Amino acid sequence: MTTIIVNGMEQRLDVDPSTPLLWVLREDLELTGTKFGCGMAQCGACTVHVAGNPIRSCVTPVAAVAGQEITTIEGLATGPDQLHPLQQAWIDEQVPQCGYCQSGQLMSAAALLATNPQPSDDDIDNAMAGNICRCGMYGRIRKAIKSVTAAGVQKFDPAVDALVKEVTGG
Amino acid sequence: MGKWTRRAFIGAGVVAGGGLLVGVAIRPGNRSAELSKYVVDSGETMLHTWLKLGSDNVVTAIAPHSEMGQGAGTALAQMLADELDADWNLVRFEEAPALAGFANYSMGQAILIPDTEVPDFVMPSVDGALIKTAQALDLQITGGSLSVRSTGTYGMRVAGAAVKEMLREAASRAWDVPVSEIVARNSYLEHKASGRSEPYAAFAAAASEITPPVSPTLKTVDQFNIMGRHVQRHDLPAKVDGSATFALDVRLPGMLYATIKRAPTFTGVVEKLDDSASRGIKGVVDVVKLSTEEVSSMFGNFTFAESVAVVAEGYWPAKKGLDALNIQWSRTDNDEVTSDSIFKQFERDIDAAVERGSDVLQGDVSAAMASAATVIGADYQVPYLAHTCMEPMNATAVVKDGKCELWVGCQNPLGFRKSVADALGFDADDVTLHNCLMGGGFGRKSRPDYAIQAAQIAAKVGRPVQLIWTREEDVQQDYYRPAIMSRFRAGLDDQGNVTAWENTYVDKHDPYEASIIPYSVPAQDIGHVSSPTHIPFGAWRSVAHSHQGFFTESFIDEVATTAGQDPFEYRAARLQHKPRELAVLKMAAEKANWSKPLAAGRGRGIALQTSFGSVVAEVVEVTVSDGNLSVDRVVAVIDTGFAVSPDGVKAQVESGIVYGLTAALYGEISIANGAIEQSNFHDYSSLRMSEAPEIETHIINSGATIGGAGEPGTPPIAPALANAIFNATGSRIRQLPIPNRLS
Repeated sequence: MTTIIVNGMEQRLDVDPSTPLLWVLREDLELTGTKFGCGMAQCGACTVHVAGNPIRSCVTPVAAVAGQEITTIEGLATGPDQLHPLQQAWIDEQVPQCGYCQSGQLMSAAALLATNPQPSDDDIDNAMAGNICRCGMYGRIRKAIKSVTAAGVQKFDPAVDALVKEVTGG
Repeated sequence: MGKWTRRAFIGAGVVAGGGLLVGVAIRPGNRSAELSKYVVDSGETMLHTWLKLGSDNVVTAIAPHSEMGQGAGTALAQMLADELDADWNLVRFEEAPALAGFANYSMGQAILIPDTEVPDFVMPSVDGALIKTAQALDLQITGGSLSVRSTGTYGMRVAGAAVKEMLREAASRAWDVPVSEIVARNSYLEHKASGRSEPYAAFAAAASEITPPVSPTLKTVDQFNIMGRHVQRHDLPAKVDGSATFALDVRLPGMLYATIKRAPTFTGVVEKLDDSASRGIKGVVDVVKLSTEEVSSMFGNFTFAESVAVVAEGYWPAKKGLDALNIQWSRTDNDEVTSDSIFKQFERDIDAAVERGSDVLQGDVSAAMASAATVIGADYQVPYLAHTCMEPMNATAVVKDGKCELWVGCQNPLGFRKSVADALGFDADDVTLHNCLMGGGFGRKSRPDYAIQAAQIAAKVGRPVQLIWTREEDVQQDYYRPAIMSRFRAGLDDQGNVTAWENTYVDKHDPYEASIIPYSVPAQDIGHVSSPTHIPFGAWRSVAHSHQGFFTESFIDEVATTAGQDPFEYRAARLQHKPRELAVLKMAAEKANWSKPLAAGRGRGIALQTSFGSVVAEVVEVTVSDGNLSVDRVVAVIDTGFAVSPDGVKAQVESGIVYGLTAALYGEISIANGAIEQSNFHDYSSLRMSEAPEIETHIINSGATIGGAGEPGTPPIAPALANAIFNATGSRIRQLPIPNRLS
C-alpha cells in the first residue's frame, strides 16, 4: 500500500510500486489532466509538482513519492472559481492550440514563478526547456508568463496593504 | 460569392422547447456523367451545416470539422453569427457527430458540381484518389486548410443569413409591419417605429413555418461585425485546467489498456512469438496478434502490417508486457533498404527520367538553355518526417453484440467509421464513433490504422479497451512526409534574367500545383518521375508544399545570386503579373527592414509560397557564430483573402512556422535495415522555447476568395531560413535538416 497526497487529498493505493506516478494519476485516480507524451522525460506533458518541485511523472515511480504532496493541473487553481494567474494569462494571451501539452507547460511555469517571481528570459528558457509544444506556441507562453510577472510588480496585495496599514498605524 | 446558392438547399424544423433547427444542404445536381457514378443516389442532398436556435436565445453552430488545435470552430461560429447578427456571447459551437447526415461535403461538393468554384488543389484529383471519397458518403475531413474557406463560406454564412431572413419575416407577420422595417441586432429583432424589441427565440417556432430563402443575401465586407474581429477561442478555458477531454482521457467502466508493436519493416509478419514472460507479468490480461490489414480509404487502398498487442489492467503492465515480448519478424524484401539506398534510387530514377510526367511545359527549354549566357544546376533533397503529435496515437473501443462504439481523435470521423466497420465485417451503421479533441493532428490522424487496431483488440478480448501507442511506435509507424529529391537547371541571359527553368523530382504528391513557380520565366519544364519505396507516406502539414517550397524558393535564390541581384528585388521583378504575391512579398520585406544592412555573421533570407488559397512570405534573420546557428526573428505576411479570426490566423502562422522550423533544423527520419532508426523525442527532436524565434505576423485582407490558415505558414520557413544562412555564411543549404554545425 502506497500513500500519496494529491491536491490536498490523501490517497491510499494498492499498485505496483514501480508504476510511474503518471499512470497512477490518470488511471487509478482518474486525474486525466496530466498527459502522456513520451514516457522518457523528454516532452514535459506529464509535469506535476512534488513538494512544489516540477517533476516528470512518466519516469517517477509512485514509490519514490510515497507520503509526498503532489499537485496536478486539477489542483493548480487557487479556488473553485479562482484560476491560477497563469491559467488566466494563458486564456488572455490565447496560448493553447491543441492544448495537449498545456497542463505540463502550466505546471512548469507555476513552479518557476513560485520560486522566482521575476524571471529573466533566460530563467524562463531554462524552466521551460523540458516542455515541448508541437503547436509551437512558445512565443505566447513566454508572453503569458511575463504578463503575470508584470502584473505581480504592479499589483499590490490588499491583504498586505491592510497589514501594512495596521502595523504602521497609517 | 460562387455559384453554389442556386443548388443550396435550406431546410427548417422545430426542435424540443420551441427552438428552431435549420440545416444547409448542398444538392449534388448537374453532375457530369463521368462523376455521377461516384454518387449513390441522384436525389440525395448533402447536409453540411446546422444552426440551432434555442428557447434561451442561444445559437449553436454545428459543423463537421474536428478540433486538433486550429480553432476552426471559433472562426466558423463567427461566420454564422455575423450573418445572423447574433450576440456573440450567445453563440456556441458543436462538432457534428460522425453520422452520414453530417458528412462534410465541402470538398466533395466542389468536386461533384463542375461549375462551382473548385479549390486549385482538388482539381487535378478529380480523376484521382480524392474523387473516390465521395462514393460512400464517407467524407468528413479536416484538412487542406478547408474549414473556414469551404464550410464557413458555403455553409455557415448561408445558414446565418437564411435564418435571419426567416426570423425577420416571422416578426413582420407577428407585428404586422413591413419586413423592411425590421432590424436584426444582437440576437434581437427590433421595430423602431413601434418601439418593439423581442429576442430571436420568441420567433423561433414561427420562423420554422416559413419557407427558407433559396438564396439569402450575404453581407459585404464593410458590413462585417464579428468576422474579422478578435474574439477569444471558445475551447481554451477547458485547456488550462485539465478538464478538456482528449481521446486518451476517455474512461469506461471495466476498461483495459493495451499497447502494441507493429512489424518494423512495414511488411513483415510474426514468424515466432514467445509471450510467456509477458503473460507472467502481474496485470497482463492477454497477448493478441493482429494480422495484416487492408484498408480502402479516401487515400486509396493501403495495407498495414501484422502487430502484437499486450492487453492489461493498466498501461504500465501493458508496456512492461510489450517490452517482455520476444517477437521474431519475418525477413522481407526491404531488409537491406537504407536512407542512402533510397536517395541513390531517387538519383538513378531522375537520371533515367523514364515516363516523366509533366506539371508545366511552356516555351522551348532546350533552346533557351542552349542560348543562355549562364546555366546553373543543383540537386536538393529532404528526408522522411514524422508528425509526432503531442498526444500519442490512441483509440478506445467496445465491441459487443455486433456493434462497435469507438472514441478516437481523428481528422476524418466518417471515414474512420467506415474503415473500422470494414475491418470488423460490420455495417457502418453498427459503428458509433465519438470524435474527441485531438492533441495535434498535422495530417497523421487522417489514417485509421490505430482505430482499427483498437476495435480489433476489443473484439478479441470482449471488454472495453484503450489502445495507447508508445511514442516509439508513433515515431516508427507513421505515414511519413515522403523523402524527396529534386533536380534543377536554370538558364540566365547576360542581363541575369532567368530565361529557362527545368525541374525534375521524385515523387508527385498532392497538391498538384506545389511545384509550380509564381515567377515569370519564359521557358519552363517542370516534371516528375516515379520512384516508389516501401516507407508508408501520408499528409504532413502543407503536404507537398512542405518540400516543394523549400526546393523552388531556395533555387530561385540561387538564380538571383548568380545574377548578382538582390533576392527580394529579383523575385519582385518576376511577380508583376501576380499582384497578391507581389503585395505580400513587398510587405514582408518592408516589415523586416529588408534593405537595412546586418552585422557580420548575421543574415536575412526571404521566401514566398502560395498554398491552400493563401499567400505567405516570410523573412528570417539568423546569426551564425562559430558555426552555431541561431534563428533570431521571423517576419511573416499572410493574405488569406479575408482573415475571419485574425488572432486565429496569426496563431496558425506562428504554429506553422515553428512546425516547419523544427523540421528544417532537426527533422530526419532515417532508414536502416528497412526500418526507422529514430524512436522518441531524444533522437527526433522538437524545437524548444529557447530556440524559438520571435515571430511577427502581418495580415493582408486582399478580398480574394478566403484561403486556409492551418498550413500555409509552413512552406516558406525552411527556404527563408536556408537563404538567410546563405546570406550570413555564403554556404548554400541544399539538403534538410540543416547540419548541426555550419561551415
